Amino acid sequence: MIRSEILKDIAPILRDQLVICNIGIPSQELHAIDDQSTNFYMLGTMGLASSIGLGLAMVQPKPVIVIDGDGSVLTNLGTLPTIGNNAPSNYILLIIDNGSYGSTGDQPTYTGRKTSLTGMAKAAGCDRVVECQAEDTGAVLQEALDAQEATVIVCKCESGNAKMPVITMDPVVIRDRFMKAVQA
Amino acid sequence: MSIDKRITEDLVSKGIGFVTTVPCKQLAGVIDEIDRHPEIKHVPSNKEDEGMGLCAGAWMGGMRPAIIMQNTALGVTLNTLATLTQFYRMPLPMLISYRGELREPVACQVEMALHTKALLAQMLIPTYHFHKQADVEELPMILDHAFMSNKPVAILTDANFWGGYGDQ
Ligand SMILES: [Mg+2]
Repeated sequence: MIRSEILKDIAPILRDQLVICNIGIPSQELHAIDDQSTNFYMLGTMGLASSIGLGLAMVQPKPVIVIDGDGSVLTNLGTLPTIGNNAPSNYILLIIDNGSYGSTGDQPTYTGRKTSLTGMAKAAGCDRVVECQAEDTGAVLQEALDAQEATVIVCKCESGNAKMPVITMDPVVIRDRFMKAVQA
Repeated sequence: MSIDKRITEDLVSKGIGFVTTVPCKQLAGVIDEIDRHPEIKHVPSNKEDEGMGLCAGAWMGGMRPAIIMQNTALGVTLNTLATLTQFYRMPLPMLISYRGELREPVACQVEMALHTKALLAQMLIPTYHFHKQADVEELPMILDHAFMSNKPVAILTDANFWGGYGDQ
């Protein structure tokens, strides 16, 4: 399974939740599969999805699901200790780990070689870390929501992208409707 | 009231309840005050751009944020300022230790000080320079300005400003 198939799979779970979605093709795919005002699409700033989601989860009670990638987490590795030491029970970081920089042409990342994000998240102090295969993502994600415990999910899947249009929505519109959805 | 306490009280009085910090010697006192204050969620970050991501999330969640950092890290935050804070029009007060200015003991710090105001000007970030003790009186107005305009705003605090309050 590739990322877009996983997103299609878990779209019914994501629909009712606050979602911070990673820059590039992940956001394009989620936007095309199931656009919701509860989705915050990152149009730039590689690496910060997990940080934005953490700030959001810390100041309000609704569950926050961050859809991140292996390349983006690697670019902001300092995020894992911050999550490990601060993440509240409503925070879920879903790392779609396809071992490649998908948005830039599937160049391999180190997670396809010797590096384990699961191990790094655990070492960083994250207490609930679940590694799963692509097919099980929905069940693991639902379990994390039900557990009401800060969770890092590392979902191992194949690399590859679906052809989806670029998001042309104005960033202020994305942000404004998202903030209204947070308050709703 | 100590300057560290005063700055912290100003932040709280303007509704700031989420502060992320990357330390600097000059900022140690104010970071201590923020950490102790019951109305502020203090989240130390490992890098300043990470901190700006936290602040963006906190603000979208309904809480006014601020970041406390050193000017030497300005370079690593430029992409975040442009593509997150400014692109999505988010407010962000940045209380910045302005190392490398008058009374600086470490020569290397001068190198980024030379670029600090030029980079902030290039980014069109409203910038205020606290050089004398009395300059702190403008802090509440600057905070209002950031949240009125939905923009990042820089407050550069140099060694002379902090030195006015004790040992440097
Ligand atoms: Mg990837």
